[in-house]
This record gives sequence, structure tokens and C-alpha cells, in this order.
Amino acid sequence: MGEAALFWIMAPIAVLGALGLVFSRKAVHGALSLAATMISLALFYIAQEAPFLGVVQIVVYTGAIMMLFLFVIMLIGIDSSDSRVETIRGQRVAATLAVTGVVLLLAGVTIRATLPEEPAGLAQATPDGNVPAIADAIFGTYVWAFEVVAALLITAAVGAMTLTHRERIVAKATQRELSIKRFSEGAPGDAAGLPVPGVYARHNAVDTPALLPDGTPSEDSVNRVLVARGAARSTDEFRHHPTPADIEAAAEGDADEPAGEPGPDDDASGGERA
Amino acid sequence: MNPTNYLVLSIILFSIGAAGVLIRRNALVAFMSVELMLNAGNLAFVTFARMHGNLDGQIVAFFVMVVAAAEVVVGLAIIVTIFRTRRSASVDDASLLKL
Repeated sequence: MGEAALFWIMAPIAVLGALGLVFSRKAVHGALSLAATMISLALFYIAQEAPFLGVVQIVVYTGAIMMLFLFVIMLIGIDSSDSRVETIRGQRVAATLAVTGVVLLLAGVTIRATLPEEPAGLAQATPDGNVPAIADAIFGTYVWAFEVVAALLITAAVGAMTLTHRERIVAKATQRELSIKRFSEGAPGDAAGLPVPGVYARHNAVDTPALLPDGTPSEDSVNRVLVARGAARSTDEFRHHPTPADIEAAAEGDADEPAGEPGPDDDASGGERA
Repeated sequence: MNPTNYLVLSIILFSIGAAGVLIRRNALVAFMSVELMLNAGNLAFVTFARMHGNLDGQIVAFFVMVVAAAEVVVGLAIIVTIFRTRRSASVDDASLLKL
């Protein structure tokens, strides 16, 4: 009874997750709905007297494989989505027909097969419990397959490293060479390196430009990738705009200090006010 | 509960995965659909193991999981390599069988 309740609650979730994978436009949404499907499958394994496989399903599939997929999605670009245009004419119709064929084939096999109404259960096959019986089988009957699979995993790891490895064509420039290059061809102002991004009371992120001692924001302090993506905040937002009260206060306060020229503290408050 | 229900669910998931492989052209989504098909096969294996009172089905499902993990490692590395050279994760752009 409990198993039936579990099945009829989790099976629709599994199917919805699978449909979400196929019909979501963004790969991230597809990955998350597939993770939901895999978790419900893990519950089915546990309900079907396979607690070891259920745990492995959660650890390996939802824990490792799906997170690997998410990492690659982030690497490739989180908003990479399909175009809706069909490149091969009639591909979707043909695919639908083929899938209907698969469904009919599998359903026909299942209907025609003589399947028991009640499962035999694993109580006789696993007298000491599920995990000892699986350990017996893996390290006994299937020990050769186990060794081969170990070799396969090592090969896969080496293969992935080989595939993603990039050979360096020219030697990496040392710090000394970079310094000489900056002095020889750059402006003298560049020799000390670029300023770091700004830190303010409300913004200390890499997308906010630093304010130079004279109160002007430095556009060089923001990563140019962020600028190219349009993710950087406008430097205008952090420019110090002296109000008439500021000018009066500066004029009354110190005659040596030019009016409207802010000190370092004014810079911070100016950015904060903006 | 009748274990055939699990088989029917397995068929549904397998077919949805097959449809995903055939229809979607984002390499990552197609690859995830392959994983869905493998999972559906695993569900059938576990169901049959319980139906017939034989543990071998669970062992096979375990090995399928290990092989799927190895496959994901290599497949994702290939997708990343193709993306580096072509700036695209669409399977249509990798039609030349070379990088």
C-alpha cells in the first residue's frame, strides 16, 4: 500500500522531469528537471529492495554526474539555448514517428510477456541483506567485470585530461619580461599595474570602478570582460558631484584646499551617495 | 503492487529520452537525454531483479551506472573541446568529424 502511494506520487514527478528535460529551452532548467527525475528513480530503487543502488543513484547520478553537467553548462554559457529553426526538414515529424515506434515495440513486448502479478522478492536471494549479497556478487561472480570497469574508469579520466589539455605554443612570459614590456611600450602610468576595483559602503564588487585620488572613476579598474558583457556599473554613477553646500564648506574650512576638490573620505561618501 | 507499473514507467522514460536525443540539438541536452535512457534501463533491471528474485539485475544496473559515469566524463570533455574551437554547443556545428 505504501509502495503504491509512493509510486503514484513519484512516477508523475519522474515523467514531468523527463518532459522538462526535452521541452525546456535552457539547458540549466533541463539539467535540474533531470535531477528531479533521478531522485525519484532513487526512491523507486529503495522501494524495490535495492537500497544500495538507491544510494549509489543519488551519490553518483544526482551528486556527481548532474553537477558535472551543471559545471559544463556554466563553462559553456548558461544561456546557450537551441534555435527553434529545423535544420533538417521534417526532423521532428520523423523523430516523433520513430519514438512512437519505440513505444509500440516496448509496450507490445511488455503486454505479450507473461509477467508475475506479485514480485518474487529478494528475500531468498539475499539472506544476509542487500549490501552483503551485492558485495558477494561483485567480488565473486563478477570480479572480472569489476576489474575491467576499474580500468575503464582510469582510461576515461586519462582521456578527459588528454582531450581538454592545451599544449602551450609559446613559453609563458615571466613577471620580469612583463615588467620590461610595460616600461618599453606602454605609457609610464601603466608601469605600476592597473588599479583594483572600487570598494564602497554599498558596493565592493568587481563591477564597480575605483575612484582615483582626484575623484574621477578609473575605467581601467574594471575587468574588461565585464565591460564587454555590459555587466559593469557605469563610471558616471560614482563620479563625485560637489553640491553647493560642499563648495561652501570647503571654502570656509581650509583656504589652501581648492574648492570642490574632495579628499579620500569625500570620495567614499560621494560613491555611496550616488 | 504489480511490478509491471515500474516497467511501464521505464518505457515512458526511455521513450522521452529517445525523443530528446532525436529532437534537441544542444549537445548537452542530447547527452542528458542519453543519461535518461540509461536510467530508464536501470529501472527495468532493478524491477526484473525483484520480479524474479534474482540479484543479478541489480549488479548489472550497478555496472551500467559505472560505465555511464565514465561515458559522461569523456563525453563532456569532447563537448568542451568542440565548444573551444567552434564557440557553439550545437550538434549541427560539429558536422565535419574534425575539430
